[in-house]
Formats: sequence, C-alpha cells, structure tokens
Amino acid sequence: MLGLGPEDWQAIELTLRLCLYTTAILLVIATPVAWWLANGRSTARVVVQAVVALPLVLPPTVLGFYLLIVLGPRGFIGGTLESIGLTHLAFSFEGILVASILYSMPFAVQPLHEAFSNLGRRPVEVASALGAGAFDRFVTVILPLTKGGFVVAATLTFAHTIGEFGVILMLGGSIPGETKVLSVLIYDHAEAMNYDAAHRLSFMLMVFAFLVLFIVYTINRRFEIAKL
Amino acid sequence: MTIHVRAVLRRQDFELNVEAALPLSGVTALFGRSGCGKTTLLRVIAGLERVRGAEVRFGPLLWQQGRHFVPLHKRRIGLVFQEHSLLPHLSVRGNLLYGYTRTSPERRRLHLDEAADLLGLAALLDRPVDRLSGGQRQRVALGRALLSSPDLLLLDEPLAALDTQTKREIMPFLSGLAATAGVPIIMVSHDPGDVERLADHVVFMREGRIDGIAPLRDALARPDSPLFVDDGVASVLEGTLGETNHLGLRPFGPDEARLWVPADHTNRAGQVRRLRILARDVSLALTDPAGISINNHLPVVIERIDRPRDGRVVVACRMTDGQLLLAEVTPWSVQTLGLRSGQRLFGLVKSVALMA
Repeated sequence: MLGLGPEDWQAIELTLRLCLYTTAILLVIATPVAWWLANGRSTARVVVQAVVALPLVLPPTVLGFYLLIVLGPRGFIGGTLESIGLTHLAFSFEGILVASILYSMPFAVQPLHEAFSNLGRRPVEVASALGAGAFDRFVTVILPLTKGGFVVAATLTFAHTIGEFGVILMLGGSIPGETKVLSVLIYDHAEAMNYDAAHRLSFMLMVFAFLVLFIVYTINRRFEIAKL
Repeated sequence: MTIHVRAVLRRQDFELNVEAALPLSGVTALFGRSGCGKTTLLRVIAGLERVRGAEVRFGPLLWQQGRHFVPLHKRRIGLVFQEHSLLPHLSVRGNLLYGYTRTSPERRRLHLDEAADLLGLAALLDRPVDRLSGGQRQRVALGRALLSSPDLLLLDEPLAALDTQTKREIMPFLSGLAATAGVPIIMVSHDPGDVERLADHVVFMREGRIDGIAPLRDALARPDSPLFVDDGVASVLEGTLGETNHLGLRPFGPDEARLWVPADHTNRAGQVRRLRILARDVSLALTDPAGISINNHLPVVIERIDRPRDGRVVVACRMTDGQLLLAEVTPWSVQTLGLRSGQRLFGLVKSVALMA
C-alpha cells in the first residue's frame, strides 16, 4: 500500500508509538510545571522557564550528546540502572522516549502556560470558595476552561516529536523497531540513494505537518474570537 | 462571636499590619480608601492570601496559625467578588449548583428554587452566563454563595462595578441578607453610602492598618468620621414604613418621631428600612414653624454641640424615639438662637432619601 515496504511500516509504527507516549507523558509533566509558571510567585520561575525553553535554541546534537553521556552505561542514570540490574538507556526506545520528552517540553509547557495565564486566578478561587478541592477544581474548572491550550499542547508535542532527528540519531542510532523512526529512515533512504522511498515518506510527513499546523491555528483563532 | 486576625504583610509599595477581633453579627464593613488593604485583609481571612506568620481564628475554629492552615475549600466561606466571577463554561443553574452539590445534604439551608425566588433568577436558570446583565451576574454570584450554605459570607465590593440603577436593583437583596441567610457578613467597601445602608459595624482602615472598630451608630455620631469625607455629615435613622397616603408618601418611624418619605416600588409597608439624612439638609427652629414648605418637623432635644469646623457647627439632636439627628448650622445661628445642650427645639428636615 502506498508503495511502502515493511521497513517503512515498522518505522511508522515506531514513530507513532514514540509520539503517543511522549505526548501522554508530557501532558502529565507539563501541566503542573505550566501551572506553577503561570501562578507561582517564586523567582526561580524565570530559571525554570529558561531551562524548559532550552531545546528551542540548542542544536539537537547538544541535547543528544549529553543524554548519551548521562543515560549511557557509564553515565549517572544509565550506570545506576545497570547497577540495580536493569539496562542503560542509550540506543533503546526508552532512551529516545526520555530524549523526546525533554526535547518537546517547550511545545507542551508554553501553550499551557499561556492558557493558565489567561485563565487567571479568579475561577479557581471561586471554585475553592464553593468547596471544590484541588483535583475537583482541575477537572471541573481548569480543564474545561483551558481545553484549547491542552489541544494545542498535545498537537504540537505530537507533531514536534515526529520531526525529531538529531537527538535520536545521537542517542538512539538507527536500530530498526527500536530507534529507527521515520526521520532517521528517510535519512537512511537518502544516504542509500533510494530517493523514491525517501520522497514518499517525506511527502507524507509534509502533508501531516501542514494539517497539524492548520488545526492548531484554527483552534487558536477560535479561542481568540471566543474571548472577545 | 468574633473573627480574630493577626497578619503582617509587606509588598513593594504596600504594607498590611493588623491585629484585631472583628465582630461577627450582622454586617461588618471594612471601610477605607482604595489601596488601604481592606481587600487584602479579606483575602487573608478567606485563606486566599497565605501570609506567613498570620493567625486567623473564626470563633472557636483555628483557620491559620504557624504551619496549620485550613484551605479555603474547607472553611465554608461564601465569597462574592466585585465582578467577573461566574464560571463561564456553566449556565446560571450550573453556577448556582456548583457549591450546593459540594455541600453535604444535612448542612444545606437553602435550595435552588428558594434561592432563585429570593434573587429573582427563576427565569434565567438555563441561560449562559455571558448573556446576563451586570446586576443579574451579581445576583447569581450571591445566590451561588448562599447555596453553599456558608458559615461566613465575604463580599468584596459587590456593588462597585455596578451603575446606580443596577445598584438599586441589588441593594434590597443585600440589605437583610445577614438576616435571611442567617450568617455573619464581612463586606469590603469604599463607599460611605453603601456602608451606611448595610453595615452594623464598621472597621475603619487606613494605610494597611485598622484605625478603629465601631458599631455604625457610634461611627456616625462622630462629626469627623471618615464616613463623612465625601458627602458631609449625615445621620442614619432606622424605622418601620407605614401605608402610603393619598399624596404618595409613606410615614417612617413611630408617631412621635415621624418622617414622610416618597413611596416607590422598592418599599412596602411594615418594612424596616434605613434613612440617610445629610446634616446640611436639617435646619433647627426654636418653635414649630407654620407656613413653611418643609413637611418634616421633628421635636428634638440638643444632646451635643460640636466645635466649629470649616465655618459649620454640627448639632447632635436626640429624637423622641432615641435616635440621633445631626444638623449642620453656622456658628452665628448657634449664637443668635442661643443653642445649648438640653434645649428642646424642632428639627426641620428638608429632604430625605430612603436607603435600600
């Protein structure tokens, strides 16, 4: 189908799995971080904000390089895992999952940060006064009033994870079914002068990326209009 | 019962430093200029401002002390903000029921249909909240707070964002609220008129500190009261309204101290209401004058003559029903009429305005 070989399908399946896991985990992590950034009073906020935004400006190879060191067999985390009888994370799916989570962090945190800032403190204060505890407030007030921010955060994270290349190449290499995601496969196809295969996958990704951005901007506009 | 607060809070250009026992009977107004810290004090009481080292005790309940801190959702407080506090993703009904459903059934003192009747919201229940007028929104906010059956109601300038017309529409719901809801109210206000209409006790605040706490009656007996800064000295009388006469006027107060006030749709016979009379609208006469356009003549006894301020003298007169009527006259009149305390004479009230 679509002229894709089993290698291509394997990469697509792997990529989707990576994106889904990354998005799900990031939403859980980014929500409290963004809430704290939007409502906290601590001066440490600026530091955290800068750290979260680092992947936007760093070459992916830098992040990949440090992750390779830390997660690898002799690294702090990789070594600790080895010493308790587990395996290190370099050149593994778990490793590139950790990398994706860090690398896509700003794309999850920033839309949520903005949504929470726009929400302000009032609705939450109102809900507390009416007897709603923290989880109750989150589900019945914060979530419904910032769902646009969550949709944008999830979509951008998912799309950005698909576009990852440098970090994965540095940390994961190109192991089929484990770390050979679409972007790496396209690189391999092109290296092997297999331009037809590279073209098919590239074009698919381009259409996908366009659709994602189209959806995000549509949502953003709708929310802006609703605010007026 | 009282609420005990001790809090010191410093921000760049602001300092709150209070230690006080606020009375909890009827309505207690936190009164002062904008920026004097009254809203911050209210937020400390609510637990919205978690000030380190602060202490808040509500009757026998310790809400904050040291590391002990009861979060707002466990304090059973009803909060009404200045504006924009309705949850925009819920209908009027959804907003009204938000606190109600989170109150255990045995604690509920009010139900949806009663609250809707009380606040005139029955026809609006299924409306989205962005299609309400400012006054309707504040009524929903009030109803929502009442439906959570709170032990204490905190109102943060609930009328400040409303125009005069809308304010008149809300006022009747607010006055008598303490009685209908059966809970003490603490209200923040910078408007002397609102305080005189609604409060039973006044907490005077200035530059982050509490200047004094007094029953409204005492607060109004001082001619230099901060309540008089805007409109001048005024007396507030409380009385029961009678049946409208053929001229469209209603008697107010007992026979021996009766005033006539214009009737309109907001008042009914048998209601206990407050009347605000500016001291400059009260003249004094040694005998009951005839042939004069002023209709309200009250026999009074001079209780006190204050020292002149800005060329005016405030004369405090005791009415036959015991309430205090303040008159503002010139030092010259005091001299020519030979006014002295204990003297019997007549207070002529040029204009009266019923409040709330």
